[in-house]
Amino acid sequence: MTILGYHVMLRTVLLAAVLGVALTSPGHADELQAKLAYCKTCHGLSGQGYYGYYTMPRLAGQQPKYIENQLRAFIEHRRKNEIMANVAHALSPSMLSALARHFRDLNPPPLGGGSRGDTATGKRIFEEGLPESNVPACSACHGQDAKGQDQIPRLAGQLPDYFYNKLVNWTAERGQNTSMPDSSAVMGPTSHNLTKSQIGAVAAYVSGLR
Amino acid sequence: MKRIWLKLATLAVLFLSAPSWASETSPRNCTWCHGTGAQGYAAAPRLAGQRAAYIAAQLRDYAAHIRDNPFSKQYMWGAAANLRPDTVRDLAAYFESLPPKAAQDGRRLLAEKGQAIYVQGIPEANVVACLACHGPGGQGVREIPRLGGMSYFYLKRRLEEWGQGYHSAPGSPMPMVASTLGPSEIEALASYLSYVR
Repeated sequence: MTILGYHVMLRTVLLAAVLGVALTSPGHADELQAKLAYCKTCHGLSGQGYYGYYTMPRLAGQQPKYIENQLRAFIEHRRKNEIMANVAHALSPSMLSALARHFRDLNPPPLGGGSRGDTATGKRIFEEGLPESNVPACSACHGQDAKGQDQIPRLAGQLPDYFYNKLVNWTAERGQNTSMPDSSAVMGPTSHNLTKSQIGAVAAYVSGLR
Repeated sequence: MKRIWLKLATLAVLFLSAPSWASETSPRNCTWCHGTGAQGYAAAPRLAGQRAAYIAAQLRDYAAHIRDNPFSKQYMWGAAANLRPDTVRDLAAYFESLPPKAAQDGRRLLAEKGQAIYVQGIPEANVVACLACHGPGGQGVREIPRLGGMSYFYLKRRLEEWGQGYHSAPGSPMPMVASTLGPSEIEALASYLSYVR
């Protein structure tokens, strides 16, 4: 091993030790629990989502990298949402990562409710896309089980109203910081190529998936 | 004996002349306490403009003894005990249709602080923004109550009661919310909301 290699390894070990102490200290654990309670006040005790005046999305089972990227997107004004910008600004980078990881292991049944679309149409669009409208199959990226991967979000069990509103307003809410283009651009064309009733159909289908 | 017959006859006339639903419960039974324009009076909150789904849910929760704060027990358990479902629906729709007036009885100097908490929450102290559920104008939606313009004293008492372990709508996040609010935040919120039109 080269000297540089040793150096890097030593730094990694030290960093891990410091982080380990920081993450397991009781003060940090209490802080994390209090912050989680804060998240769950709006997003539901099991992260199942909640219908307030605005629809609060399901976080349960969500990909940690996706949650982390979204929290950073609120801070960096890439994603427009005043409530979440306030929330995210108060999070330290380590808290942000710890919160993102927490929701992965929650698995409540879908909350359901909200507006209803045609689930059969939704299933077809999800699995096969709409070649005539240049809409790829959702499953190609979000997975057959709609559980997502890395920065690609889980859609399974998402509240249909939330899903619908996000997709209808995609290009008005995402990718808003022109100096920081992000992966949300991928969904732009698809969000425009789907009609509102097709979006409602996919919303209905994925909202029932466990 | 004569007197009894007279009384019975009077009752019969009254009963027959009243509209059928009024024989059970009319809005007038409610306005004795909630004020003639249903704008609230003393301990009783304003009902005018309140969300119908919220009023109906509360009436059911009084009847089921779920909402158990002292005034609810004292007044509303009895008042809601024998309401038919269609009466609940009619009363709720009637009160929602009345135009609400802002009580404007909070402390003006605290309104600005209250507005900041309502709109932004206090992220550093894990206080959530009220508007996420109650709406930007405090208007409420479905079973989530309208708060804008309700009286300072009612709002303050309710926020305190959530933190004191009394029960209300099952599954409501309000006990969690209240656990993060101190007396000065509660006063500020109640003050601000009393001025919201």
